[in-house]
Amino acid sequence: MAKTASIEVKNQDLIGALRDFFKTVLAQDEISAIQVPWRLPMKNMVMPTLITDPERLNGADPLSPVFPINSAKIVSRLTRKESGGKVAAVMRSCEIRAFIELVKLKQGQTENLVIIGIDCLGAFRNRDYFSWVGEDIEESTKKYAADVLGGKSAAADGSISLSTACQACESPIPVGADITIGLYGIDTDHKVLIQSETVKGENLMARLQLTDEEEPPSRKKAIDKLVEERTAVRDNMFTETHAATDSLEKLTIYLANCVNCYNCRVACPVCYCRECVFVTDVFDHDPSQYLRWADRKGALKMPTDTIFYHITRLAHMSTACVGCGQCSNACPNDIPVMELFRSVSQNTQAAFDYTPGQSIEEKPPMSVFKEEEFEEVVGID
Amino acid sequence: MSEFEPTIVAFFCNWCTYTAADLAGTSRLSYPPNIKIIRVMCSGMIDPKYVIKALLEGADGVLVSGCNPGDCHYINGNYKARRRIKLLKEILPQFGFEPERLRLTWIAASDGLLFAEVMRDMTEQLKPLGPSEAKLKMVI
Ligand code: SF4
Ligand code: SF4
Ligand code: FES
Repeated sequence: MAKTASIEVKNQDLIGALRDFFKTVLAQDEISAIQVPWRLPMKNMVMPTLITDPERLNGADPLSPVFPINSAKIVSRLTRKESGGKVAAVMRSCEIRAFIELVKLKQGQTENLVIIGIDCLGAFRNRDYFSWVGEDIEESTKKYAADVLGGKSAAADGSISLSTACQACESPIPVGADITIGLYGIDTDHKVLIQSETVKGENLMARLQLTDEEEPPSRKKAIDKLVEERTAVRDNMFTETHAATDSLEKLTIYLANCVNCYNCRVACPVCYCRECVFVTDVFDHDPSQYLRWADRKGALKMPTDTIFYHITRLAHMSTACVGCGQCSNACPNDIPVMELFRSVSQNTQAAFDYTPGQSIEEKPPMSVFKEEEFEEVVGID
Repeated sequence: MSEFEPTIVAFFCNWCTYTAADLAGTSRLSYPPNIKIIRVMCSGMIDPKYVIKALLEGADGVLVSGCNPGDCHYINGNYKARRRIKLLKEILPQFGFEPERLRLTWIAASDGLLFAEVMRDMTEQLKPLGPSEAKLKMVI
């Protein structure tokens, strides 16, 4: 049973209230550390940071419109083995979903972890964030959060827009967290909603002694509206991307800028291999092999296997794609990787009736089978 | 102009389809010579990469063939293969590969007749599609 409570926001200082809340979580005996998006002291940049000193939480910046890495990968590092302590992690919706996929692949555990999900206000691409943030980072985040929660578009001056992944994200509300922090449809000048989604979350909430609260009807309305807008953008993106890649020639044009740096794969939270096959000896071709290929084709683009890489990666991870957009964020050559991967993932996930990140119990499609299924792919009709 | 002859890359399970191909040969059954056979120990060891690479290198079709359900020598390799083919059949057509270019069949070791029939059918179905785009256009 979900329990709903609220925390007070004083002097309209929403970020301050969240910091105080994180401090009360960290103050619990059972919690050894809390991972939050945190401002680096040496630069206006926000990075996932593991914090044990409550004073340091004054630099927490959970609403900043940037996430330079999908923190699922970090939480996986923290939990893949017993750490001797319990960690609370403040995560966005797509980060939680990616983490759940990693747990299913035995690359993370939930036992000694409390996931604190927070309504996602979206993010810019990294490079847009650098140019946007300016000198006063506190003011920048404050204004951003106020604009988004006030229903204005991100960066209300219109200079930059949300990353395309966030524009098309129909799941900004976290699922699968132990505790969620609700912002949409809440009077965030005065309070923030805290809800428990698991027994673990409920127990923690009980110890925090929060004031009980009813979820206001405005919340569902605000969320429904947001999801509807985002879904429309998403569907449009699917249509455009399919049209731009529906032949091998078009796909080749789409990916022509690719230099096989594999940044997209490194940034991908659900590319689960410790060592990607594309950087192993399998692809360390003998020099004479290149000459033979060039001889057969007359022209061989180097590095080779670009399309092969992308289609293979789709085969490997598309059923687990959570649409966080870190692939596009990481691409040095501005290839809309997220658009392509989400558009294909949409269909592979539907084919196996699989929603990544939805439940730890639901097995990844390629790890199971039934004796009677998919008869339609067998035979030559 | 001579008729287009498709090239089919075929991954055959050693225990069933490969043996059936052998049987068809020794029984002097005629079937089209369009096929390049790669013998594997089980359809369950066919990595999707093999299929993707073959198609990108210009194979006009890829055929994966294993033991009938219940007959896999490694218990369930063919069920896993079926899921992987299902996955590829979702992905590849989005990039213009016609569904006929990727096939999965179960052919028992004793079924030389079925083997010859599958070869004929697949070849006939590929002919009207013409050469694969990967053969005609530069793939990077
Ligand atoms: S592309 Fe495939 S092999 Fe490489 S890391 Fe991703 S899942 Fe692993
Ligand atoms: S990050 Fe961009 S250039 Fe690098 S491998 Fe991915 S798509 Fe290619
Ligand atoms: S042994 Fe033939 S399909 Fe597994």
